[in-house]
Amino acid sequence: MSLLSAEDAATAGQSDGGTPFLDVRDLRVHFSTEDGLVRAVDGVSFALERGETLGIVGESGSGKSVTSLGILGLHRRTDNTRLSGEVWLDGEELIGSDRERVRQLRGQKMSMIFQDPLTSMHPYFTVGAQIIEAYRVHNNVSKKAARARAVEMLARVGIPQPDRRIDDYPHQFSGGMRQRAMIAMALVCDPELLIADEPTTALDVTVQAQILDLIRDLQEEFHSAVIIITHDLGVVAELADDILVMYGGKCIEYGTADELFRRPEHPYTWGLLGSMPRADRSVRERLIPIKGTPPSLINLPSGCAFHPRCPYAFRNGIPCRTVVPDLSEGDVHGVACHIPPPERREIFATDVAPSL
Amino acid sequence: MINYILRRLLTAVVLLIIVTMITFGIFFLIPKAAGSDPAQMFVGKTATPAGVEATRVKLGLDKPIYIQYGLFIRGIVRGRDFNAGPDVDHCPAPCFGYSFRTDQAVWPLMKDRFPVTVSLAVGAAIMWLIGGVLAGVISALRRRSLLDRTVMVVALAGVSLPIYFTGLVAQLVFVHQLHWFPGGTYIQLADDPLGWAGKLFLAWVTLALLYAATYARLTRATMLETINEDYIRTARAKGLQERVVIAKHAMRSVLTPIVTVFGLDFGALLGGAILTESVFSLPGIGKLSIDAVNQKDLPIILGVTTFLAFFVIFANLIVDVLYTVIDPRVRIK
Repeated sequence: MSLLSAEDAATAGQSDGGTPFLDVRDLRVHFSTEDGLVRAVDGVSFALERGETLGIVGESGSGKSVTSLGILGLHRRTDNTRLSGEVWLDGEELIGSDRERVRQLRGQKMSMIFQDPLTSMHPYFTVGAQIIEAYRVHNNVSKKAARARAVEMLARVGIPQPDRRIDDYPHQFSGGMRQRAMIAMALVCDPELLIADEPTTALDVTVQAQILDLIRDLQEEFHSAVIIITHDLGVVAELADDILVMYGGKCIEYGTADELFRRPEHPYTWGLLGSMPRADRSVRERLIPIKGTPPSLINLPSGCAFHPRCPYAFRNGIPCRTVVPDLSEGDVHGVACHIPPPERREIFATDVAPSL
Repeated sequence: MINYILRRLLTAVVLLIIVTMITFGIFFLIPKAAGSDPAQMFVGKTATPAGVEATRVKLGLDKPIYIQYGLFIRGIVRGRDFNAGPDVDHCPAPCFGYSFRTDQAVWPLMKDRFPVTVSLAVGAAIMWLIGGVLAGVISALRRRSLLDRTVMVVALAGVSLPIYFTGLVAQLVFVHQLHWFPGGTYIQLADDPLGWAGKLFLAWVTLALLYAATYARLTRATMLETINEDYIRTARAKGLQERVVIAKHAMRSVLTPIVTVFGLDFGALLGGAILTESVFSLPGIGKLSIDAVNQKDLPIILGVTTFLAFFVIFANLIVDVLYTVIDPRVRIK
């Protein structure tokens, strides 16, 4: 795990001597709308190696999906969209590349699994046709060979009787099956980067675990880099090596999964942990929800975007309302909060941890 | 599937019977209520009372209305003999009776006029499908551009302007002033294909403009909705070229409502385009029906109405069956 600023990453190099496989630096996605400028993603940086998993966590509207769409060049393309920053994938910068080049990489070197497999697959084409198409865009093979590949992929993701189910339409699959088929489609070209956007949100709990297992198995098999986007800390606890917590389009805490679960330092992360149901907690104990609602991305609160909801804001004259906190970078753990680190750790230990 | 089609066919037949019942009722009961006598209308004003009576018997107008209706249906299915003593006229199936005015059998009259209506409908349909759908797609993809605005204004004008305005202006300009197209009477396709197309071209364009406008708006709206669908994002995420995303993935969904509306529009048009045929003096079904209405020629009105109802109902049936082909989610149990 390395947590370096953009400049550091560019100059210092990594432990293995090269730049990270995926290196996102100061990514910003802004839309200007009639109501004002939407800063959907506002300066997010992270790095990811092959075989590693990054969990991006946040509430709806925190910018986590737009981040991934921005990496793939799938964000809304209008004259009003402004994308800046750098996305380095295996030594190739994507934001400045032409769209045709990014299209060629999309689906082949980097691919994506979406939240709702029912609406994300075309209702009028068979599952097989959609997988075959995904394979043939990037591989010059016969229909027959592509079909064999699709059957193989369906079998790999655990679809029974894949040679028959391949001719089914998406609506003939169950929710879990559809997500498996979606994963088969995303992996058909052996991508090195897989982004899963809330891959289990639309599924039954029992199926969720199966899908997460499947993603983990496939990652081990293909040694790909995986980004899991979710609002469910349980999911990232299962899978992620690193966790990036987003709030109001910004990264507010970033560290290894281990660190973040054991020693979270941002009050928002405490809130997320507090509102996570746990089996080992007594039934009578209540969850501790974060008060209020996520902020509008057009009209972010001044200073720290979390301050209106933060139970620890304004202690000892901290400028929560006026100054935007930077992502302070410790060696293992970055936190964007004005509360001095020793004090944060103390609050966590005395006030938060006992109720988690 | 076969079962479904058979069931739908049966429904179609029942519907058709109901439609003919209603039209039959309207056209034969209303004159009675208004005090005019169909038999009198058939023989004309100069006939003797005995002649009127003979005609009444011959046409079966003396019988109760439900018997008359039965004879009418029987005539369509099996043909019918009209006899009054030695004077027997055989009217082969499908028999819609004889024109009150010209004494001609109605069916051959409609049959002769039908190719004109088909020529008009097919030509216009091709134009409006290509023009309307294309304009709608381009408009949707270049939303809020000058092109989009222009297309939508033209579309609005197209929907709003009646055929008897656009048709007459088009003829005035292109036939009478610029002489780009010939005037004169309708030419059969078999006789002179070029002349046929030349004579019909303006009518096609005029009629197509009306429909293309609707189709452009429908296509634009559906396309705008479709390109925001998750599965379009998935298609892009696979790395498909944008034109494949639009032409294959998006168009596949856009075509569904278009096929539906087209089936109904085209079916109705085969029953005659009254305004267009009148404005361009095309001797089609529509012209036949408007003339019949003007002359109170009941058998022709009845025949043409039945004819129109047949096409509308049949088009509905085809659309419903097509649905199962277009949308795999629609499956017949």
